Amino acid sequence: MTPGITANATAVADSAKSKPSALARFFSIENRYLPPMLITLILLVGQVSFGLLESFPRTVLAISTSLIVESILSRLVMGKFVNLASAYISGISVGILCRSPEYWPFALCAAISITSKYVIRWRGRHLWNPSNFAICAMLILAPDVFTTLSIQWGNTFWPMMVVWVVGCLITWRVDRIHITGVYVASFVFFALLRGFITGHGFLAEVAPITGPMYQLFIFFMITDPKTTVRTKKGQCLVAFLIAIAEMILRLAQNIHAPYYALAIVGPLAIATEIWWTSRNKPVVLTRQSIPA
Amino acid sequence: MRIRKIIPTALFIVLLCVPLAMRRLSAHRQETGSYGMSFRESARESGIDFKHASPHLDRKLDHIMQQVASMGAAVSIVDFDKDGFDDIYVTNSGEGSKNALYRNQGDGTFRDVAEEVGLADVNQPGTGVSTGAVWGDYDNDGYEDVLIYKWGKPELYHNDGGKHFTRVTEQAGLPGWVNANTAIWLDYDNDGKLDLFLGGYYPEGVDLWHLKDTKMMPDSFEYANNGGRKYLFHNLGNGKFEEVSEKLGIHSNRWALAAVAADLRGTGYPDLFIANDYGVSELYFNDQGHGFREVGKQTGVGYAPKSGMTAAVGDVLNQGNFGIYVSNISEEGVLVQGNNLWMPKAGTSGDGLKYENLANAMGVELGGWSFGAQFGDLNNDGLMDLYVVNGNVSLDRNRTYWYDYSKVAGGNAAIISDAANWPPLNGRSLSGYQQKRVWINDGAGQFREVSQFVGVTDVYDGRSIALADFDNNGALDAVVANQNGPLLLYKNTVSPANQWVEFELKGTRSNRSAIGTQVTLYWNGQRQIQEVSGGSGFCAQNQRRLHFGLGKATQVDRVEIRWPSGKIQNLSAPALNQIHKIEEPS
Repeated sequence: MTPGITANATAVADSAKSKPSALARFFSIENRYLPPMLITLILLVGQVSFGLLESFPRTVLAISTSLIVESILSRLVMGKFVNLASAYISGISVGILCRSPEYWPFALCAAISITSKYVIRWRGRHLWNPSNFAICAMLILAPDVFTTLSIQWGNTFWPMMVVWVVGCLITWRVDRIHITGVYVASFVFFALLRGFITGHGFLAEVAPITGPMYQLFIFFMITDPKTTVRTKKGQCLVAFLIAIAEMILRLAQNIHAPYYALAIVGPLAIATEIWWTSRNKPVVLTRQSIPA
Repeated sequence: MRIRKIIPTALFIVLLCVPLAMRRLSAHRQETGSYGMSFRESARESGIDFKHASPHLDRKLDHIMQQVASMGAAVSIVDFDKDGFDDIYVTNSGEGSKNALYRNQGDGTFRDVAEEVGLADVNQPGTGVSTGAVWGDYDNDGYEDVLIYKWGKPELYHNDGGKHFTRVTEQAGLPGWVNANTAIWLDYDNDGKLDLFLGGYYPEGVDLWHLKDTKMMPDSFEYANNGGRKYLFHNLGNGKFEEVSEKLGIHSNRWALAAVAADLRGTGYPDLFIANDYGVSELYFNDQGHGFREVGKQTGVGYAPKSGMTAAVGDVLNQGNFGIYVSNISEEGVLVQGNNLWMPKAGTSGDGLKYENLANAMGVELGGWSFGAQFGDLNNDGLMDLYVVNGNVSLDRNRTYWYDYSKVAGGNAAIISDAANWPPLNGRSLSGYQQKRVWINDGAGQFREVSQFVGVTDVYDGRSIALADFDNNGALDAVVANQNGPLLLYKNTVSPANQWVEFELKGTRSNRSAIGTQVTLYWNGQRQIQEVSGGSGFCAQNQRRLHFGLGKATQVDRVEIRWPSGKIQNLSAPALNQIHKIEEPS
């Protein structure tokens, strides 16, 4: 769940013609610490409002593991220590989204997440969203002790609104809100369709998206610039395709449908884009192309 | 350059292999062997032929009926006629169905006498159906009376000399309707008269047979606060009770499924622990009988919301203090809450008492969709073992309701709280056909799951479990009440090499049932504390006697009995392998 902010810095910076105010600078994509701060804020809201202390050590473990693995691998592979904001976000995402009564799955999931960025690559780009890949891997490899959260922040209205506000703020600032918008609209449409197909009704089918944890997925995971295509139309198409894949998985009663849908569609979209681009302009592999 | 590629790739492969390695390591721990005990299911040959039936609630719930009507099978142990042999009371939940009271005939067989004594026909349409029963001698006449709690009208029956039971609900002043799933007897103010705690699940305004609408489900899967209220009835001593919960500080509308009372801090007064479904557990410290303080967060037990379904206490490490076991839901690949074993943190005590969850570290965490659990020394080795029953709804083995369940459970309160939004069950299972857990305590901080090796092989939807020594031979047998299933009696054969001792206590200044009395046994440099309980587990009550296994000890050094009245009684070197009848000194 590396949010779509850090990598989009260039685009936003280019669009900033006039000198922004301090507040604008703070909420700018140029502030690479904004995403970690905002996602930390979301965690703290959950912590304060619902008291998640028992999972707090696990979250700290996930973050620590991410930071350590990122530091080691970046030094080893790139010969330098990279900025750890991205690793922090991966760690905190694992800490929030994963659920296990044991400690080791949190560390392992975080480690797989970071390592996958350095290993699963094609023509200089990694194909999977790291956290998404790690979560799917853990769901397949360790279902006896690992699952994902869907309900941890309760079912009330206002935590959902906090995530919506923060999420919209971030995705709007990084010019990715169209991805979220297309996905949400598609999900609602397909919920209507599924309700008709299953006979369970619209509310039952739309219920997942009304849970706060699910919104972390739609605001922060599918908008990851490193793991989606680069054109706006392409991003909208990918979001729509993820929603379609999710609908198919949901009709097959797959509980972790959104994660698997992203894991299936995301790499295919990127691979297609790489292939399409490479027909005209071959990509040169460099060490510097390893992501932060 | 090549090494820079190889190392991350190798690391990546190793990481992906870790889950497999952990699973193999875990499997290696579950070695087979002799555990000094074996169970044999022998209900039918013992004359027990009871099958539980679920209720048929309002037709608006037809689409999810088996999931909503998934509780009500309960078992409690009592020697109602004082013949020295423990009997079994079991509840039924079909409208018009009958509860059973299996009288222990002392020869290994039981006979249902519920009709004869007036405790069978208690589920008449319009009065609700039974969800459990707890026994306590509320009028100190020497015979155990019974509260039958229901989704409906709670009923109190007075035991008339072990021959018959008389309904005294109105005289006692109990409420007209409570959708209760837990009740326990306790003497919270140590006045020598048993008081009664009653915990609501659905709100008391809901009549599940005549719903006004379908908005009666929890408004959150983990933070629901729209359940039933709690009642604390103070025994006034004249057959009447006064409801004092608000006055004494017990305010909660969480969805209570289990409660247990025990003196957790050594104050001489029982504290109260409540395990809640759809939310956090609550712990109430008892302020010398003058009031209760909710200290869930302060003590650490009130943070992580789960699906609490049982509450049982036991001196797990023979340290002279109680751990609290709470069962929850674990379904592979879907929801892994894990059960909780709340152990007192080292160095904390009194008002500063704090707990940490050691279920994972001690190996008693994953028990499926767990319901009832009880501590007891099943093999008489001097250590508290743990028996957990599980399984929620067993219908079609090959089709699961989990996807649809999780789909709605994560939704907004407005969606989840309306039963009409829940997809139909359509004959699918929801964590059905699960293997029970018999965890043997190794004395070194670990439990081993041995159910398959000691003869516990059923996969019914277990709800309530109670432990009792039915043959008075020093071995704890197990009775399991299953939802829509048979009542099971697991007779226990324990290695004769292990010694035991039991104490049957009778209060004089304290309540006659001796509920709340603590007995600490000292032997071989060890000590173990137990407390007479007025109900524990899920809708269950163990035998009133306290049973201690002693391993291969040749003698008990000392026994300290602390009565609720405050009286301390010491016994030295009581004979082994005997039941000792102890009366509180005046």
